[in-house]
Amino acid sequence: MNDLNVTATATAPSAIVATGDAAAPSVAAAESAAAASSIQSLPMGKAINAGLRRALANDPKVLLMGEDIGPLGGVYRVTEGLHAEFGENRVLDTPLAESGIIGTAIGLAMRGYRPVCEIQFDGFIFPGFDQITTQLARMRNRHEGSVTMPIVIRVPFGGHIGSIEHHSESPEAYFAHTPGLRVVTPSTSHDAYWMIQEAIASNDPVLFFEPKSRYFTKGDIDVAVNGTPLHASRVVRSGTDATVVGYGAMLPTLLQAADIAAEEGTSIEVVDLRSISPIDYAPLLESVRKTGRLVVAQEAPGNVSVGSEIAATVSERAFYSLEAPVIRVAGFDTPYPPSKLEGIFLPSADRVLEAVDRSLAY
Amino acid sequence: MAASIDSPRPAPTVQLLTADGRFQPSDSAAEYLPYLDRLSEDDFLRFYRDMVVMRTFDGEAANLQRQGQLALWVPSHGQEAAQVGSAYATRPQDHVFPSYREHVVGMIRGLDLNNILRMLRGVTLGGWDPATNGNFHLYSLVLASQALHATGYAMGIQFDGTVATGNPEKDQAVIVYFGDGASSQGDVSEALVFAASYQTPQVFFLQNNHYAISVPVVRQSRTPLYLRGSGFGIPGTQIDGNDVLASFAVTSKWMDDARAGHGPALIEALTYRVGAHTTADDPTKYRVDAETASWIARDPIARYRTYLEGRGVDQAFFAGVDEEASDYAEDSRKRALEIVAPTMEAIFDNVYAEPHVLIAEQKAWAERYEASFGEGQA
Repeated sequence: MNDLNVTATATAPSAIVATGDAAAPSVAAAESAAAASSIQSLPMGKAINAGLRRALANDPKVLLMGEDIGPLGGVYRVTEGLHAEFGENRVLDTPLAESGIIGTAIGLAMRGYRPVCEIQFDGFIFPGFDQITTQLARMRNRHEGSVTMPIVIRVPFGGHIGSIEHHSESPEAYFAHTPGLRVVTPSTSHDAYWMIQEAIASNDPVLFFEPKSRYFTKGDIDVAVNGTPLHASRVVRSGTDATVVGYGAMLPTLLQAADIAAEEGTSIEVVDLRSISPIDYAPLLESVRKTGRLVVAQEAPGNVSVGSEIAATVSERAFYSLEAPVIRVAGFDTPYPPSKLEGIFLPSADRVLEAVDRSLAY
Repeated sequence: MAASIDSPRPAPTVQLLTADGRFQPSDSAAEYLPYLDRLSEDDFLRFYRDMVVMRTFDGEAANLQRQGQLALWVPSHGQEAAQVGSAYATRPQDHVFPSYREHVVGMIRGLDLNNILRMLRGVTLGGWDPATNGNFHLYSLVLASQALHATGYAMGIQFDGTVATGNPEKDQAVIVYFGDGASSQGDVSEALVFAASYQTPQVFFLQNNHYAISVPVVRQSRTPLYLRGSGFGIPGTQIDGNDVLASFAVTSKWMDDARAGHGPALIEALTYRVGAHTTADDPTKYRVDAETASWIARDPIARYRTYLEGRGVDQAFFAGVDEEASDYAEDSRKRALEIVAPTMEAIFDNVYAEPHVLIAEQKAWAERYEASFGEGQA
């Protein structure tokens, strides 16, 4: 695992700059027109860094733990500068062992700390899977409420970075399926800045999935006003003909698809899920009742996935409003392919629009 | 101990009491003998009392299981000395992370053993608050997971600075229990890595009871397990785990060192699970009678009784302990039968600390569903 990390450290950031989606519309842009003095423009990675800094400064019990997060600042530099600012007892370069990171974080939480663990890459979370699912997720329940587990697990996730195996995965469904965990993912710098602070403030364990292909994309942050609760989904573009919903790095693709559709005379409403567990269905159901059509998009394989759950729930709750079945656009049910093929594997705007066309054909 | 396939090198096993109850410390025990000075005459008697009470309770709990009153019982017969001695080496401010067989350690830390019966009767998944039960943490059924929790807790003690202050009433340490089977789990190795790296105030207490359900320890390790620590930079000591005085003295030394800021240590207590792994197990399928008999001949309670008799403890004491143990077991049985099943809310409450829409919806649905069966009844 170590040598893969080293390779990724050297190559991933430049790969993102080369292939990233810098031209995509900023979801937060429309919301940030006012209050110029409190607006900062930061890439998502720096936004998370700023949120972590604020959490560390506000609460001496907050600790960061992870591999290479100290002087290096993490392989994506998300913790850059924090080790120097807060010291080695607040920002811990841990041994290279994910079960060890999560398991010791549980002990630290029992002691009253609020650990924020960084998993270096999505595909490396699995050595810690047992501690997350059989211990962290159940600890409060097993104690009948006498302990809390305010632990955040930060996971850079998703593709688009041209990397090697295990560096482009979307494992969120495993954790959304596990009772006791909360799972969220921001799609903008503004949300990243606020959601990381809300996740740290939560007394429940939170899996915080960071769309790594967005780390270097700038967006406006209102550092004075948050505006959206942690587990709220949000309509980010209004439309009338069909609804598309996604999360994380899917959002720029969905907005791009809506732009293309608009030129062709189709009005698409875009919903940013933001929270994968629990899912805030109200805005989504309201949207579907208006448009009558829903396409769910995700990078993760579609079989038994977040998209499957959304399709089932919307079918149950908005059956008489639906003009067409809910259609899923997802990664294929294969291992994530060699990166030269990820453009075919990952849902593109065209694949989203192909699904919208199928929906409209009913 | 002679070299064998279990032990390729002679181990300097620390022993104070021989198998037949003579106080005859091994050479390796010399540095631990001063710790016996901490024991009052009452302490010597309490060691015996707790071991006997535990063994009697153990038998009663197994009966409850056979009668269908418990889903399972996890016997500790044979391991009482390792557990009682090490438990008395802890101080009130210390934290104890058990595996799932350390009932008497819980008792000594102040846990009402009814809590353990509640778990095995199926009314709770854990159920006690460690903070109000002697810092005795919940049982951990995924083997070795607790080793990391203990190490993280000890890291927290380190960060809080409640170690090496020089104040014995304030300095804290952690003891974590696990077995020869669990020693093969990666979490034990990762815990040893983290403990060494952060120099945590912590003792890893490994009870080598020679079997992981049915698989003998030789399948887990070709070297004596006390040597496992050295590769991580953690000192290891092997003790006769059926010798309550050795367990007390050696654990006292290493817990003292941990509280004083000298970092973690590993103790391997050689003992034997005389009974089954659990009441779902059948040891006759994988062990020979002669082996079990050889360990019964090294029984921790019998040898300690011989030792106490040599110290002049009279027969009335032993008879009194037997009576107390019998009363305790009978009372435990009575209270076990009075354990009430939880109500439906227990499924939904405490899944999350903060409100959760999905759980709230499902709880409300379940309540309506359950209530629907009552409709129409006057």
